[in-house]
Amino acid sequence: MNNTRKRNFITGLLFAAPWIIGFILLQLYPMASSFYYSFTRFNIMQSPVFIGLDNYTDLLSDRLFIIAVQNTLYMLLITMPLTLACALGISLLLNINKIKGMSIYRTIFYVPTVVPPVALSVLWFFILNPRVGFINAILGFLGLPQPNWLSDPAFTKPSLILIALWTMGNVIVIYLASLKEIPSTQMEAARVDGAGSLAMLRNIILPWISPAILYTLVVNTIFYLQYFTQAYVITSASGNINDPSHFGGPMNSLNFYATYLYHTAFVSFRMGSASAMAVILLFAGGIMTFVLFKTSRKWVHYGGE
Amino acid sequence: MKKIRISNIIPQIALLLLGLLFIAPFVFMLSTSFKLPSEIFEMPPRLIPRVFTLENYAQAFMTIPFFRYTLNTFLITFANVAGQLIIAPMIAYSLSLIDWSGKKIIFPLVLVGMMIPQQVTMIPLYMTFFRLGLTGSFWPLIIPAFLGIPSLYIFLLRQFFMGFPKSLIHAAKVDGASEIRIFYGIVLPLCKPALVAVSIFTFLYTWTDFLNPLLYLSRSEMYTLSIGLQAFVRERYVEWGPLMAASFLFTLPVIILFFAAQRQFVEGITLSGVKS
Repeated sequence: MNNTRKRNFITGLLFAAPWIIGFILLQLYPMASSFYYSFTRFNIMQSPVFIGLDNYTDLLSDRLFIIAVQNTLYMLLITMPLTLACALGISLLLNINKIKGMSIYRTIFYVPTVVPPVALSVLWFFILNPRVGFINAILGFLGLPQPNWLSDPAFTKPSLILIALWTMGNVIVIYLASLKEIPSTQMEAARVDGAGSLAMLRNIILPWISPAILYTLVVNTIFYLQYFTQAYVITSASGNINDPSHFGGPMNSLNFYATYLYHTAFVSFRMGSASAMAVILLFAGGIMTFVLFKTSRKWVHYGGE
Repeated sequence: MKKIRISNIIPQIALLLLGLLFIAPFVFMLSTSFKLPSEIFEMPPRLIPRVFTLENYAQAFMTIPFFRYTLNTFLITFANVAGQLIIAPMIAYSLSLIDWSGKKIIFPLVLVGMMIPQQVTMIPLYMTFFRLGLTGSFWPLIIPAFLGIPSLYIFLLRQFFMGFPKSLIHAAKVDGASEIRIFYGIVLPLCKPALVAVSIFTFLYTWTDFLNPLLYLSRSEMYTLSIGLQAFVRERYVEWGPLMAASFLFTLPVIILFFAAQRQFVEGITLSGVKS
Protein backbone atom coordinates (compact mmCIF):
# COMPACT_ATOMS: atom_id res chain seq x y z
CA MET A 1 0.00 0.00 0.00
CA ASN A 2 2.74 2.36 1.04
CA ASN A 3 4.59 1.39 -2.12
CA THR A 4 1.65 2.38 -4.33
CA ARG A 5 1.42 5.74 -2.60
CA LYS A 6 5.09 6.34 -3.15
CA ARG A 7 4.87 5.35 -6.80
CA ASN A 8 1.83 7.55 -7.33
CA PHE A 9 3.64 10.47 -5.79
CA ILE A 10 6.61 10.05 -8.10
CA THR A 11 4.44 9.64 -11.22
CA GLY A 12 2.34 12.64 -10.25
CA LEU A 13 5.42 14.73 -9.69
CA LEU A 14 6.99 13.64 -12.98
CA PHE A 15 3.85 14.46 -14.95
CA ALA A 16 3.64 17.89 -13.31
CA ALA A 17 7.39 18.59 -13.51
CA PRO A 18 7.41 20.77 -16.66
CA TRP A 19 4.89 23.15 -15.17
CA ILE A 20 6.67 23.28 -11.80
CA ILE A 21 9.88 24.25 -13.61
CA GLY A 22 7.98 26.76 -15.74
CA PHE A 23 6.23 28.28 -12.75
CA ILE A 24 9.49 28.71 -10.84
CA LEU A 25 11.54 30.04 -13.77
CA LEU A 26 8.94 32.06 -15.66
CA GLN A 27 6.65 33.30 -12.89
CA LEU A 28 7.94 32.88 -9.31
CA TYR A 29 11.52 33.95 -9.83
CA PRO A 30 10.65 36.93 -12.08
CA MET A 31 8.01 38.01 -9.57
CA ALA A 32 10.56 37.98 -6.76
CA SER A 33 13.00 39.86 -8.99
CA SER A 34 10.40 42.53 -9.70
CA PHE A 35 10.12 43.06 -5.93
CA TYR A 36 13.88 43.41 -5.66
CA TYR A 37 14.21 45.67 -8.71
CA SER A 38 11.45 47.92 -7.37
CA PHE A 39 13.82 49.01 -4.59
CA THR A 40 16.63 49.83 -7.02
CA ARG A 41 17.55 52.26 -9.73
CA PHE A 42 18.78 50.65 -12.91
CA ASN A 43 18.63 50.47 -16.65
CA ILE A 44 19.55 47.45 -18.71
CA MET A 45 23.22 48.36 -19.06
CA GLN A 46 24.10 49.24 -15.46
CA SER A 47 23.59 46.94 -12.52
CA PRO A 48 20.88 47.85 -9.96
CA VAL A 49 21.63 50.36 -7.18
CA PHE A 50 19.59 49.98 -3.99
CA ILE A 51 17.57 53.13 -3.27
CA GLY A 52 14.96 51.91 -0.76
CA LEU A 53 11.41 53.13 -1.28
CA ASP A 54 12.32 56.02 -3.59
CA ASN A 55 10.66 54.47 -6.65
CA TYR A 56 7.38 54.20 -4.77
CA THR A 57 7.43 57.71 -3.31
CA ASP A 58 8.49 59.14 -6.67
CA LEU A 59 5.47 57.52 -8.34
CA LEU A 60 3.12 59.34 -5.96
CA SER A 61 4.33 62.67 -7.32
CA ASP A 62 4.54 61.45 -10.93
CA ARG A 63 1.75 63.24 -12.79
CA LEU A 64 1.72 60.71 -15.66
CA PHE A 65 1.45 57.82 -13.20
CA ILE A 66 -1.57 59.41 -11.52
CA ILE A 67 -3.21 59.96 -14.92
CA ALA A 68 -2.49 56.35 -15.89
CA VAL A 69 -4.18 55.15 -12.69
CA GLN A 70 -7.19 57.41 -13.33
CA ASN A 71 -7.58 56.25 -16.92
CA THR A 72 -7.33 52.62 -15.88
CA LEU A 73 -9.94 53.19 -13.16
CA TYR A 74 -12.18 54.69 -15.86
CA MET A 75 -11.97 51.41 -17.77
CA LEU A 76 -12.66 49.37 -14.62
CA LEU A 77 -15.49 51.49 -13.24
CA ILE A 78 -17.23 52.71 -16.41
CA THR A 79 -16.24 50.63 -19.43
CA MET A 80 -16.39 47.25 -17.70
CA PRO A 81 -19.80 47.55 -15.94
CA LEU A 82 -21.30 49.09 -19.07
CA THR A 83 -19.98 46.26 -21.23
CA LEU A 84 -21.16 43.53 -18.86
CA ALA A 85 -24.60 45.12 -18.56
CA CYS A 86 -24.98 45.40 -22.34
CA ALA A 87 -23.81 41.80 -22.75
CA LEU A 88 -26.43 40.71 -20.23
CA GLY A 89 -29.09 42.67 -22.11
CA ILE A 90 -28.21 41.02 -25.41
CA SER A 91 -28.04 37.54 -23.90
CA LEU A 92 -31.50 38.08 -22.36
CA LEU A 93 -32.80 39.07 -25.80
CA LEU A 94 -31.23 35.95 -27.31
CA ASN A 95 -32.69 33.77 -24.59
CA ILE A 96 -36.31 34.69 -25.32
CA ASN A 97 -38.30 31.64 -26.35
CA LYS A 98 -38.79 31.13 -30.08
CA ILE A 99 -36.50 33.98 -31.08
CA LYS A 100 -35.63 33.46 -34.74
CA GLY A 101 -32.00 32.93 -35.75
CA MET A 102 -30.60 32.65 -32.22
CA SER A 103 -27.49 30.72 -33.28
CA ILE A 104 -26.84 33.10 -36.20
CA TYR A 105 -26.98 36.10 -33.86
CA ARG A 106 -24.74 34.35 -31.36
CA THR A 107 -22.20 33.88 -34.14
CA ILE A 108 -22.49 37.52 -35.25
CA PHE A 109 -21.93 38.79 -31.72
CA TYR A 110 -19.04 36.42 -31.11
CA VAL A 111 -16.99 36.81 -34.32
CA PRO A 112 -15.49 40.24 -33.42
CA THR A 113 -13.79 38.69 -30.37
CA VAL A 114 -11.52 36.55 -32.57
CA VAL A 115 -10.24 39.51 -34.61
CA PRO A 116 -6.54 40.13 -33.75
CA PRO A 117 -6.36 43.12 -31.35
CA VAL A 118 -3.99 45.00 -33.66
CA ALA A 119 -6.27 44.54 -36.68
CA LEU A 120 -9.22 45.49 -34.50
CA SER A 121 -7.54 48.70 -33.40
CA VAL A 122 -6.56 49.62 -36.97
CA LEU A 123 -10.11 48.90 -38.12
CA TRP A 124 -11.64 51.14 -35.44
CA PHE A 125 -9.04 53.80 -36.10
CA PHE A 126 -10.55 53.86 -39.58
CA ILE A 127 -14.20 53.55 -38.56
CA LEU A 128 -13.94 56.41 -36.06
CA ASN A 129 -12.06 58.70 -38.40
CA PRO A 130 -14.19 61.85 -38.81
CA ARG A 131 -13.39 62.17 -42.53
CA VAL A 132 -13.76 58.61 -43.78
CA GLY A 133 -15.37 56.55 -40.99
CA PHE A 134 -18.95 55.32 -41.11
CA ILE A 135 -19.77 56.08 -37.44
CA ASN A 136 -19.84 59.82 -38.07
CA ALA A 137 -21.61 59.24 -41.38
CA ILE A 138 -24.44 57.55 -39.44
CA LEU A 139 -24.44 60.24 -36.75
CA GLY A 140 -24.58 62.92 -39.45
CA PHE A 141 -27.44 61.11 -41.19
CA LEU A 142 -29.36 61.10 -37.89
CA GLY A 143 -28.57 64.78 -37.38
CA LEU A 144 -26.44 64.09 -34.30
CA PRO A 145 -23.14 65.77 -33.39
CA GLN A 146 -20.06 64.20 -35.00
CA PRO A 147 -17.17 64.16 -32.52
CA ASN A 148 -13.49 63.87 -33.38
CA TRP A 149 -13.42 60.51 -31.67
CA LEU A 150 -9.73 59.74 -31.41
CA SER A 151 -8.25 63.23 -31.36
CA ASP A 152 -10.62 64.90 -28.87
CA PRO A 153 -9.50 63.92 -25.34
CA ALA A 154 -13.14 63.92 -24.21
CA PHE A 155 -13.97 61.19 -26.74
CA THR A 156 -10.92 58.92 -26.76
CA LYS A 157 -12.14 56.74 -23.90
CA PRO A 158 -15.74 56.63 -25.18
CA SER A 159 -14.13 55.35 -28.41
CA LEU A 160 -12.55 52.56 -26.39
CA ILE A 161 -15.98 51.82 -24.90
CA LEU A 162 -17.33 51.34 -28.43
CA ILE A 163 -14.50 48.91 -29.16
CA ALA A 164 -15.17 47.10 -25.88
CA LEU A 165 -18.86 46.77 -26.76
CA TRP A 166 -18.03 45.40 -30.19
CA THR A 167 -15.86 42.70 -28.61
CA MET A 168 -18.14 41.62 -25.74
CA GLY A 169 -19.13 38.35 -27.47
CA ASN A 170 -17.23 36.22 -24.94
CA VAL A 171 -19.37 37.57 -22.14
CA ILE A 172 -22.58 37.13 -24.14
CA VAL A 173 -21.76 33.47 -24.80
CA ILE A 174 -20.99 32.85 -21.12
CA TYR A 175 -24.20 34.55 -19.91
CA LEU A 176 -26.26 32.76 -22.53
CA ALA A 177 -24.92 29.36 -21.46
CA SER A 178 -25.73 30.26 -17.87
CA LEU A 179 -29.25 31.44 -18.74
CA LYS A 180 -29.92 28.10 -20.45
CA GLU A 181 -29.36 26.34 -17.11
CA ILE A 182 -32.31 28.05 -15.44
CA PRO A 183 -35.03 25.39 -15.11
CA SER A 184 -38.05 26.50 -17.12
CA THR A 185 -40.29 25.25 -14.30
CA GLN A 186 -39.00 28.04 -12.05
CA MET A 187 -39.68 30.68 -14.68
CA GLU A 188 -43.15 29.23 -15.32
CA ALA A 189 -43.96 29.13 -11.62
CA ALA A 190 -42.94 32.76 -11.19
CA ARG A 191 -44.97 33.77 -14.23
CA VAL A 192 -48.04 31.97 -12.86
CA ASP A 193 -47.53 33.84 -9.58
CA GLY A 194 -47.80 37.02 -11.65
CA ALA A 195 -44.20 38.21 -11.32
CA GLY A 196 -43.29 41.07 -13.69
CA SER A 197 -40.20 41.07 -15.90
CA LEU A 198 -38.17 43.13 -13.42
CA ALA A 199 -39.09 40.90 -10.49
CA MET A 200 -38.16 37.84 -12.56
CA LEU A 201 -34.82 39.40 -13.43
CA ARG A 202 -34.04 40.26 -9.81
CA ASN A 203 -35.41 37.17 -8.07
CA ILE A 204 -34.67 34.37 -10.51
CA ILE A 205 -32.41 35.31 -13.42
CA LEU A 206 -29.69 37.30 -11.63
CA PRO A 207 -29.26 34.79 -8.77
CA TRP A 208 -29.04 31.92 -11.27
CA ILE A 209 -26.38 33.52 -13.41
CA SER A 210 -24.48 35.11 -10.52
CA PRO A 211 -21.58 32.59 -10.78
CA ALA A 212 -21.14 33.61 -14.43
CA ILE A 213 -21.27 37.30 -13.46
CA LEU A 214 -18.56 36.76 -10.85
CA TYR A 215 -16.40 34.94 -13.39
CA THR A 216 -16.73 37.69 -16.02
CA LEU A 217 -16.05 40.36 -13.38
CA VAL A 218 -12.80 38.67 -12.31
CA VAL A 219 -11.58 37.99 -15.86
CA ASN A 220 -12.41 41.49 -17.08
CA THR A 221 -10.86 43.17 -14.05
CA ILE A 222 -7.60 41.39 -14.82
CA PHE A 223 -7.97 42.30 -18.50
CA TYR A 224 -8.53 46.02 -17.91
CA LEU A 225 -5.71 46.26 -15.36
CA GLN A 226 -3.46 45.09 -18.21
CA TYR A 227 -5.22 47.08 -20.96
CA PHE A 228 -2.51 47.65 -23.53
CA THR A 229 -2.75 46.73 -27.19
CA GLN A 230 -5.73 48.87 -28.27
CA ALA A 231 -4.38 51.98 -26.56
CA TYR A 232 -0.85 51.39 -27.86
CA VAL A 233 -1.83 50.77 -31.49
CA ILE A 234 -4.31 53.65 -31.67
CA THR A 235 -1.80 56.07 -30.16
CA SER A 236 1.03 54.88 -32.41
CA ALA A 237 -1.22 55.30 -35.45
CA SER A 238 -1.43 59.06 -35.02
CA GLY A 239 2.16 59.93 -34.14
CA ASN A 240 5.47 58.68 -32.78
CA ILE A 241 4.58 56.61 -29.72
CA ASN A 242 8.14 56.77 -28.40
CA ASP A 243 7.98 60.55 -28.24
CA PRO A 244 7.35 61.39 -24.57
CA SER A 245 4.98 64.19 -25.51
CA HIS A 246 2.82 61.91 -27.65
CA PHE A 247 2.79 58.44 -26.13
CA GLY A 248 -0.25 59.07 -23.92
CA GLY A 249 -2.44 60.23 -26.79
CA PRO A 250 -4.44 63.50 -26.75
CA MET A 251 -3.95 65.18 -23.34
CA ASN A 252 -2.65 61.80 -22.06
CA SER A 253 -6.19 60.45 -22.28
CA LEU A 254 -4.87 57.14 -23.66
CA ASN A 255 -2.15 56.79 -21.05
CA PHE A 256 -3.05 53.56 -19.21
CA TYR A 257 -1.30 51.67 -16.44
CA ALA A 258 0.19 48.99 -18.67
CA THR A 259 1.16 51.37 -21.48
CA TYR A 260 2.88 53.72 -19.04
CA LEU A 261 4.66 50.80 -17.39
CA TYR A 262 5.87 49.60 -20.79
CA HIS A 263 7.02 53.08 -21.72
CA THR A 264 8.83 53.55 -18.41
CA ALA A 265 10.64 50.23 -18.75
CA PHE A 266 11.40 49.92 -22.44
CA VAL A 267 11.50 53.48 -23.76
CA SER A 268 12.84 55.53 -20.83
CA PHE A 269 14.69 52.48 -19.42
CA ARG A 270 13.72 53.33 -15.84
CA MET A 271 13.46 49.66 -14.94
CA GLY A 272 13.33 50.22 -11.19
CA SER A 273 10.39 52.58 -11.41
CA ALA A 274 8.57 50.24 -13.83
CA SER A 275 9.17 47.34 -11.42
CA ALA A 276 7.58 49.35 -8.60
CA MET A 277 4.57 49.88 -10.88
CA ALA A 278 4.48 46.13 -11.54
CA VAL A 279 4.49 45.36 -7.82
CA ILE A 280 1.67 47.84 -7.20
CA LEU A 281 -0.28 46.26 -10.07
CA LEU A 282 0.17 42.81 -8.54
CA PHE A 283 -1.22 43.99 -5.20
CA ALA A 284 -4.03 46.00 -6.79
CA GLY A 285 -5.09 43.00 -8.86
CA GLY A 286 -4.80 40.67 -5.88
CA ILE A 287 -6.87 42.94 -3.65
CA MET A 288 -9.56 43.47 -6.30
CA THR A 289 -9.89 39.74 -6.96
CA PHE A 290 -9.93 39.04 -3.22
CA VAL A 291 -12.67 41.61 -2.62
CA LEU A 292 -14.73 40.20 -5.51
CA PHE A 293 -14.49 36.67 -4.13
CA LYS A 294 -15.13 37.79 -0.52
CA THR A 295 -18.20 39.87 -1.30
CA SER A 296 -19.39 37.19 -3.73
CA ARG A 297 -20.50 35.10 -0.75
CA LYS A 298 -23.25 37.62 -0.28
CA TRP A 299 -24.47 37.78 -3.85
CA VAL A 300 -23.37 34.67 -5.71
CA HIS A 301 -25.75 31.71 -5.49
CA TYR A 302 -24.71 28.29 -6.68
CA GLY A 303 -27.35 26.06 -8.25
CA GLY A 304 -29.87 28.88 -7.99
CA GLU A 305 -30.11 28.53 -4.20
CA MET B 1 -52.07 35.32 -28.57
CA LYS B 2 -51.57 38.82 -29.86
CA LYS B 3 -49.61 39.80 -26.76
CA ILE B 4 -47.09 37.02 -27.29
CA ARG B 5 -46.48 38.06 -30.86
CA ILE B 6 -45.84 41.71 -30.01
CA SER B 7 -43.55 40.83 -27.11
CA ASN B 8 -41.49 38.81 -29.57
CA ILE B 9 -41.40 41.36 -32.38
CA ILE B 10 -39.66 44.11 -30.47
CA PRO B 11 -36.69 41.95 -29.37
CA GLN B 12 -36.49 40.57 -32.90
CA ILE B 13 -36.16 44.08 -34.34
CA ALA B 14 -33.67 45.10 -31.65
CA LEU B 15 -31.54 42.03 -32.42
CA LEU B 16 -31.68 42.72 -36.14
CA LEU B 17 -30.44 46.30 -35.67
CA LEU B 18 -27.74 45.23 -33.21
CA GLY B 19 -26.67 42.44 -35.54
CA LEU B 20 -26.30 44.90 -38.41
CA LEU B 21 -24.21 47.22 -36.23
CA PHE B 22 -21.94 44.32 -35.27
CA ILE B 23 -21.44 43.26 -38.89
CA ALA B 24 -20.93 46.79 -40.23
CA PRO B 25 -17.21 47.11 -39.28
CA PHE B 26 -16.43 43.91 -41.21
CA VAL B 27 -18.42 45.09 -44.21
CA PHE B 28 -16.62 48.43 -44.30
CA MET B 29 -13.23 46.82 -43.83
CA LEU B 30 -13.86 44.54 -46.78
CA SER B 31 -15.45 47.14 -49.07
CA THR B 32 -12.76 49.75 -48.31
CA SER B 33 -10.06 47.22 -49.15
CA PHE B 34 -11.48 47.04 -52.69
CA LYS B 35 -12.06 50.78 -53.18
CA LEU B 36 -10.03 53.31 -55.14
CA PRO B 37 -8.46 56.04 -52.94
CA SER B 38 -10.80 58.68 -54.40
CA GLU B 39 -13.84 56.65 -53.43
CA ILE B 40 -12.63 55.99 -49.88
CA PHE B 41 -12.80 59.71 -49.14
CA GLU B 42 -16.37 60.01 -50.44
CA MET B 43 -18.91 60.87 -47.80
CA PRO B 44 -21.24 59.20 -47.02
CA PRO B 45 -19.25 55.99 -47.64
CA ARG B 46 -20.70 53.54 -50.18
CA LEU B 47 -21.34 50.00 -49.07
CA ILE B 48 -20.32 48.45 -52.38
CA PRO B 49 -17.41 49.99 -54.32
CA ARG B 50 -18.32 51.50 -57.68
CA VAL B 51 -15.10 50.13 -59.12
CA PHE B 52 -13.47 47.04 -57.64
CA THR B 53 -9.70 47.29 -57.46
CA LEU B 54 -7.01 44.92 -56.19
CA GLU B 55 -4.56 47.81 -56.03
CA ASN B 56 -4.78 47.99 -52.20
CA TYR B 57 -3.83 44.35 -51.85
CA ALA B 58 -0.88 44.82 -54.20
CA GLN B 59 0.16 47.90 -52.17
CA ALA B 60 -0.13 45.99 -48.89
CA PHE B 61 2.03 43.17 -50.24
CA MET B 62 4.61 45.65 -51.52
CA THR B 63 4.86 47.63 -48.29
CA ILE B 64 4.88 44.77 -45.80
CA PRO B 65 6.70 41.51 -46.50
CA PHE B 66 3.44 39.68 -45.99
CA PHE B 67 4.67 36.15 -46.71
CA ARG B 68 7.65 36.58 -44.41
CA TYR B 69 5.47 37.86 -41.55
CA THR B 70 2.88 35.15 -42.10
CA LEU B 71 5.61 32.52 -42.04
CA ASN B 72 7.09 33.98 -38.83
CA THR B 73 3.70 34.14 -37.16
CA PHE B 74 2.87 30.64 -38.30
CA LEU B 75 6.18 29.23 -36.97
CA ILE B 76 5.70 30.77 -33.54
CA THR B 77 2.04 29.76 -33.43
CA PHE B 78 2.73 26.19 -34.52
CA ALA B 79 5.46 25.81 -31.88
CA ASN B 80 3.13 27.14 -29.18
CA VAL B 81 0.29 24.80 -30.13
CA ALA B 82 2.70 21.85 -30.18
CA GLY B 83 4.19 22.83 -26.81
CA GLN B 84 0.83 23.23 -25.10
CA LEU B 85 -0.54 20.02 -26.64
CA ILE B 86 2.44 18.00 -25.39
CA ILE B 87 2.75 19.57 -21.95
CA ALA B 88 -0.65 20.82 -20.75
CA PRO B 89 -2.41 17.41 -20.83
CA MET B 90 0.40 15.81 -18.77
CA ILE B 91 0.01 18.36 -16.02
CA ALA B 92 -3.77 18.30 -16.15
CA TYR B 93 -3.61 14.50 -15.89
CA SER B 94 -1.36 14.73 -12.86
CA LEU B 95 -3.74 17.22 -11.25
CA SER B 96 -6.88 15.21 -11.87
CA LEU B 97 -6.50 11.48 -12.37
CA ILE B 98 -3.28 10.61 -10.55
CA ASP B 99 -3.87 10.04 -6.87
CA TRP B 100 -1.05 11.93 -5.17
CA SER B 101 -0.92 14.50 -2.40
CA GLY B 102 1.14 17.14 -4.24
CA LYS B 103 -1.74 18.17 -6.47
CA LYS B 104 -3.44 19.84 -3.53
CA ILE B 105 -0.56 22.32 -3.51
CA ILE B 106 0.04 22.56 -7.24
CA PHE B 107 -3.51 23.10 -8.45
CA PRO B 108 -4.02 26.31 -6.41
CA LEU B 109 -0.66 27.52 -7.72
CA VAL B 110 -1.86 26.91 -11.28
CA LEU B 111 -4.85 29.16 -10.53
CA VAL B 112 -2.55 31.80 -9.03
CA GLY B 113 -0.29 31.54 -12.09
CA MET B 114 -3.29 32.20 -14.35
CA MET B 115 -4.02 35.43 -12.54
CA ILE B 116 -0.53 36.95 -12.35
CA PRO B 117 -0.49 39.96 -14.67
CA GLN B 118 2.17 39.69 -17.36
CA GLN B 119 3.55 43.09 -16.35
CA VAL B 120 4.73 41.62 -13.04
CA THR B 121 7.09 39.12 -14.68
CA MET B 122 7.83 41.02 -17.89
CA ILE B 123 10.91 43.04 -16.88
CA PRO B 124 12.96 40.33 -15.10
CA LEU B 125 12.04 37.82 -17.82
CA TYR B 126 13.22 40.25 -20.45
CA MET B 127 16.47 40.71 -18.51
CA THR B 128 16.99 36.95 -18.32
CA PHE B 129 16.43 36.42 -22.03
CA PHE B 130 18.64 39.45 -22.70
CA ARG B 131 21.50 37.97 -20.68
CA LEU B 132 21.06 34.65 -22.45
CA GLY B 133 21.35 36.49 -25.76
CA LEU B 134 17.88 35.33 -26.81
CA THR B 135 16.15 38.69 -27.26
CA GLY B 136 15.55 39.27 -30.95
CA SER B 137 14.93 35.56 -31.52
CA PHE B 138 11.73 33.50 -31.45
CA TRP B 139 12.84 31.55 -28.36
CA PRO B 140 11.31 33.83 -25.70
CA LEU B 141 8.00 33.50 -27.55
CA ILE B 142 8.16 29.69 -27.73
CA ILE B 143 9.84 28.38 -24.55
CA PRO B 144 6.96 29.25 -22.15
CA ALA B 145 4.50 27.02 -24.04
CA PHE B 146 6.78 24.01 -23.51
CA LEU B 147 6.68 24.67 -19.77
CA GLY B 148 2.89 24.94 -19.66
CA ILE B 149 2.73 28.75 -19.44
CA PRO B 150 0.16 30.36 -19.70
CA SER B 151 -1.51 27.80 -17.47
CA LEU B 152 -5.08 28.49 -18.57
CA TYR B 153 -5.01 25.39 -20.76
CA ILE B 154 -3.94 23.17 -17.85
CA PHE B 155 -6.96 24.46 -15.97
CA LEU B 156 -9.28 23.82 -18.94
CA LEU B 157 -8.03 20.27 -19.44
CA ARG B 158 -8.09 19.51 -15.73
CA GLN B 159 -11.78 20.47 -15.60
CA PHE B 160 -12.36 18.13 -18.53
CA PHE B 161 -10.34 15.24 -17.06
CA MET B 162 -12.20 15.48 -13.75
CA GLY B 163 -15.26 14.11 -15.51
CA PHE B 164 -13.32 11.16 -16.94
CA PRO B 165 -14.72 7.73 -15.88
CA LYS B 166 -12.37 6.51 -13.15
CA SER B 167 -13.58 2.92 -13.65
CA LEU B 168 -11.84 2.83 -17.05
CA ILE B 169 -8.53 3.75 -15.46
CA HIS B 170 -9.05 1.33 -12.61
CA ALA B 171 -9.76 -1.53 -15.02
CA ALA B 172 -6.58 -0.76 -16.99
CA LYS B 173 -4.56 -0.70 -13.78
CA VAL B 174 -5.92 -4.11 -12.77
CA ASP B 175 -4.77 -5.35 -16.17
CA GLY B 176 -1.30 -4.09 -15.29
CA ALA B 177 -1.10 -1.08 -17.64
CA SER B 178 1.49 1.54 -16.71
CA GLU B 179 0.55 5.15 -15.97
CA ILE B 180 2.09 6.29 -19.25
CA ARG B 181 0.14 3.68 -21.20
CA ILE B 182 -3.08 4.71 -19.50
CA PHE B 183 -2.39 8.36 -20.25
CA TYR B 184 -1.46 7.98 -23.91
CA GLY B 185 -3.55 4.90 -24.68
CA ILE B 186 -6.81 5.58 -22.88
CA VAL B 187 -7.18 9.13 -21.56
CA LEU B 188 -5.82 11.22 -24.43
CA PRO B 189 -7.72 9.45 -27.26
CA LEU B 190 -10.97 9.96 -25.34
CA CYS B 191 -10.26 13.62 -24.69
CA LYS B 192 -9.88 14.75 -28.29
CA PRO B 193 -12.56 17.49 -28.06
CA ALA B 194 -10.72 19.14 -25.17
CA LEU B 195 -7.39 18.86 -27.02
CA VAL B 196 -8.97 20.47 -30.07
CA ALA B 197 -10.22 23.32 -27.89
CA VAL B 198 -6.74 23.82 -26.41
CA SER B 199 -5.19 23.91 -29.89
CA ILE B 200 -7.72 26.46 -31.08
CA PHE B 201 -7.30 28.77 -28.10
CA THR B 202 -3.51 28.53 -28.20
CA PHE B 203 -3.55 29.24 -31.93
CA LEU B 204 -5.80 32.25 -31.47
CA TYR B 205 -3.84 33.63 -28.52
CA THR B 206 -0.42 33.29 -30.20
CA TRP B 207 -1.52 34.32 -33.69
CA THR B 208 -2.97 37.58 -32.38
CA ASP B 209 -0.52 38.31 -29.53
CA PHE B 210 1.03 41.76 -29.63
CA LEU B 211 2.87 42.51 -26.39
CA ASN B 212 5.32 39.60 -26.45
CA PRO B 213 6.46 40.04 -30.06
CA LEU B 214 6.70 43.79 -29.37
CA LEU B 215 9.01 43.08 -26.44
CA TYR B 216 11.28 40.55 -28.07
CA LEU B 217 11.36 41.07 -31.85
CA SER B 218 13.42 44.05 -32.94
CA ARG B 219 14.59 43.28 -36.49
CA SER B 220 11.85 43.77 -39.05
CA GLU B 221 12.48 40.50 -40.88
CA MET B 222 11.53 38.69 -37.66
CA TYR B 223 8.21 40.55 -37.24
CA THR B 224 4.92 38.78 -36.75
CA LEU B 225 1.78 39.99 -38.50
CA SER B 226 0.70 41.91 -35.37
CA ILE B 227 3.94 43.88 -35.24
CA GLY B 228 4.06 44.24 -39.01
CA LEU B 229 0.57 45.72 -39.18
CA GLN B 230 1.32 48.06 -36.29
CA ALA B 231 4.50 49.24 -38.04
CA PHE B 232 2.49 49.74 -41.22
CA VAL B 233 -0.17 51.88 -39.56
CA ARG B 234 2.54 53.86 -37.77
CA GLU B 235 4.28 54.75 -41.03
CA ARG B 236 1.42 55.22 -43.50
CA TYR B 237 -1.66 55.83 -41.48
CA VAL B 238 -3.77 57.57 -44.08
CA GLU B 239 -3.50 54.87 -46.72
CA TRP B 240 -6.81 53.40 -45.69
CA GLY B 241 -7.18 51.04 -48.65
CA PRO B 242 -3.92 49.10 -48.14
CA LEU B 243 -4.43 49.24 -44.36
CA MET B 244 -7.86 47.63 -44.61
CA ALA B 245 -6.55 45.09 -47.11
CA ALA B 246 -3.73 44.13 -44.71
CA SER B 247 -6.10 44.04 -41.72
CA PHE B 248 -8.48 41.82 -43.64
CA LEU B 249 -5.75 39.38 -44.67
CA PHE B 250 -4.53 39.23 -41.07
CA THR B 251 -8.05 38.58 -39.76
CA LEU B 252 -9.12 36.05 -42.38
CA PRO B 253 -7.32 32.97 -40.94
CA VAL B 254 -8.88 33.36 -37.49
CA ILE B 255 -12.32 33.92 -38.99
CA ILE B 256 -11.92 30.74 -41.06
CA LEU B 257 -10.71 28.89 -37.98
CA PHE B 258 -13.71 30.17 -36.06
CA PHE B 259 -16.25 28.99 -38.60
CA ALA B 260 -14.49 25.64 -38.97
CA ALA B 261 -14.56 25.02 -35.22
CA GLN B 262 -17.44 27.10 -33.92
CA ARG B 263 -18.77 24.38 -31.63
CA GLN B 264 -15.41 23.92 -29.87
CA PHE B 265 -15.14 27.68 -29.41
CA VAL B 266 -18.45 27.96 -27.65
CA GLU B 267 -17.87 24.80 -25.61
CA GLY B 268 -14.39 25.91 -24.61
CA ILE B 269 -15.61 29.25 -23.35
CA THR B 270 -18.48 27.85 -21.38
CA LEU B 271 -16.21 25.11 -20.01
CA SER B 272 -13.81 27.70 -18.66
CA GLY B 273 -16.54 30.01 -17.45
CA VAL B 274 -19.62 28.45 -16.04
CA LYS B 275 -18.71 24.99 -14.92
CA SER B 276 -15.81 25.97 -12.72
